[in-house]
Amino acid sequence: MVTVPPTTRRTVLRGAGLGAAAFAVPAALVACEKPDSGTGAGGGDTGPVTFGSNYSDAVPKKALAEVLTASGQDVKVNTIDHNTFQENLTRYLQGTPDDVFTWFAGYRMQYFAAQGLAHEISDVWSEIGANFSDAFKAASTGADGKQYFVPFYLYPWAVFYRKSVFDAKGYQIPKTWDDYKALLAKVKADGMAPLAIGNKDGWPAMGTFDYINMRLNGYDFHINLMAGKESWEDAKVKQVFQLWGEILPYYQAGANGRTWQEAAQTLVQKKTAMYVLGMFVGQQFSDADRADLDYFPFPQITEANAQDSVEAPIDGFMLSKAPKNLAGANKLLKYLAGTQAQQAYLKSDPNNIATNSTADTSTYSPLQKKAAELIGGAKHISQFLDRDTSPAFASTVMIPSLQTFLNKPNDVDGLCKSIQAQAKRIFTQ
Amino acid sequence: MTLTPTRAPASPAPARARRRRIRRFTRSDIVVVALLLGAPVLLDVLLIWGPTLASIGLSFSSWNGLLNNPPDWVGFRNYQEIFTSYPPFWPALRHNVLWLLFLGLVATPFGLLLAVLLDRQVRFTRFYQTVFYLPVVLSLAIVGFIAQLFYSRDYGIVNSILGNQDNPIDWMGNPRINLWAVLVAVGWRHVGYMMLLYLAGLKAVDPELREAAAIDGANEVQSFFRVVFPTLRPVNVIVLVITVIEALRAFDVVYAINRGRNGLELLSVLVTDNIVGEASLIGYGSAIAVVMLLISVGFIVTYLTQVMREDRG
Repeated sequence: MVTVPPTTRRTVLRGAGLGAAAFAVPAALVACEKPDSGTGAGGGDTGPVTFGSNYSDAVPKKALAEVLTASGQDVKVNTIDHNTFQENLTRYLQGTPDDVFTWFAGYRMQYFAAQGLAHEISDVWSEIGANFSDAFKAASTGADGKQYFVPFYLYPWAVFYRKSVFDAKGYQIPKTWDDYKALLAKVKADGMAPLAIGNKDGWPAMGTFDYINMRLNGYDFHINLMAGKESWEDAKVKQVFQLWGEILPYYQAGANGRTWQEAAQTLVQKKTAMYVLGMFVGQQFSDADRADLDYFPFPQITEANAQDSVEAPIDGFMLSKAPKNLAGANKLLKYLAGTQAQQAYLKSDPNNIATNSTADTSTYSPLQKKAAELIGGAKHISQFLDRDTSPAFASTVMIPSLQTFLNKPNDVDGLCKSIQAQAKRIFTQ
Repeated sequence: MTLTPTRAPASPAPARARRRRIRRFTRSDIVVVALLLGAPVLLDVLLIWGPTLASIGLSFSSWNGLLNNPPDWVGFRNYQEIFTSYPPFWPALRHNVLWLLFLGLVATPFGLLLAVLLDRQVRFTRFYQTVFYLPVVLSLAIVGFIAQLFYSRDYGIVNSILGNQDNPIDWMGNPRINLWAVLVAVGWRHVGYMMLLYLAGLKAVDPELREAAAIDGANEVQSFFRVVFPTLRPVNVIVLVITVIEALRAFDVVYAINRGRNGLELLSVLVTDNIVGEASLIGYGSAIAVVMLLISVGFIVTYLTQVMREDRG
């Protein structure tokens, strides 16, 4: 009979213990973060402006570096992987953050501003404000009425299609929900999958929810719902899911198994006719094909709300709570709000448009021009579900819930009840 | 043991003897012992017990991770909500259990089978060993990426081979089948690992045992299950522990595929989703981590009592 040598057993046990404890570590790691010791020391005017950037992909990174170099200021850029930056922002801002950092408008910005982790820039806005529409100013304003954010670029969400497909089949741009459904039915009858969808990562389907909700219940209701001030069990919300359910049969099969890139490829290959997505769908098109890409605004559902809201996430910049070189950082923000910086950046990225209303649109592609008009004419600019609400709610509640809805669209009551129970937990925290 | 007369603590002689005995350690001995014992104990407390206790403590709180906003103590509310109104929790628990059962009852026995076959010195043994062991070198995240190349609905090789272009199977997107598809990929890696462990164990089995069994008239199957397998007990213990750990710590493969959602929920993913990332529901995530800890402790305690009982016997 062979027995286990005790050392082996102990080693194994220790391994098991480590394995168990490893799950408990993350919480404590967070608790170990040290508070910022340099608080209150901000305001020195010398030294470089430090710049925390999430422009980690090669093309945007290079474009941003060129823009910052052209500012003539001494800027020290600290680039962090896009997702990592996003996931660690709470800890980053409580540690020793850079003076200026890249971030998103809307609730995402307001949250950090309300926690005292961002420096207000109302004085910067008093100089640059004339160049931005009210919708941009609202998107840059915290809950306390002060400004915390400088918008850089944005892109709209809409219903994208290929002109050649619509021309060949004689499809008309739908204005209302009924037109839209009629068109979807017609496309399906023609043997094509009417709507592309790729919701494996969970967020792309949010755009459709946002649009139906804003078209049906209006922008204000949508924003209040996102802020946890309305109930998800409200009949208005259930109706959103019911309307969405009406068009689900027109989606290509396999919604939750495909990434947005794969779904976009089906649009490129003319296997699907339309795709509700952001303008970044153009990244999946070759330069030659991109001229064939076009879009129409999400159709109207009620007369009252018409098509007055546009979903257009804005990327921009904020100041950390105690910038070491405040004067330099303010100067840099003013530069980045200007047309020169924005146009220089957009040369590298034809899927976005500038936020500054005085930007020269003559260099825009037809798609960009259309986007600028769409956004310029919008009464409200929403920021996308995961930017208009608490990130905890978006990622731990809405992503699983919308995926469940796409799998089992029939249990709307149960779904809304479950979302509301979780929303209550997160928003009353 | 030489120190026998310690029964009478009142008498001074043994006490002096003991002190003299202690003095035999030089100062440097004591320093070395203190370092050798102290460092691991300190690390253990700092890196294992500290975080564990912190997690347990935080699991009774509601906290967003901001230091100017200290945790609110909410008692058992997090647990109550996890058990009653957190839809992914029960599926995640079920998936972890399925994971364990699949690895333990399918992948591990298959690894054993391969080991037994390869142990019989079939031709190209080395080649097969390498082939089966190769996936073990890959991290599970890589296995996840490879799985996607196989299982993608529109471009995957599995659907190409099946050839059903009109209505291909959505291996990764259908929540009823994606877990099984992933388990096959995980099993691919696990089998190689188990095979290697058992192969090493089998090499150490004394061939005379088999001969003796054969002489006693045992057939191949009997001699394996009655004679060889019992001698593999040390390997079995290791295999069992590794399998349990693998099942509980499973994370990277599903995270690489779809961030552990839509049918691929696991407890480890829920912990990460709530704590790491922007969500920062530290208390809530800690409570899930504690549930996980309790499950692991359950396994460890069961295992420990078993081992101790056997030792005593």
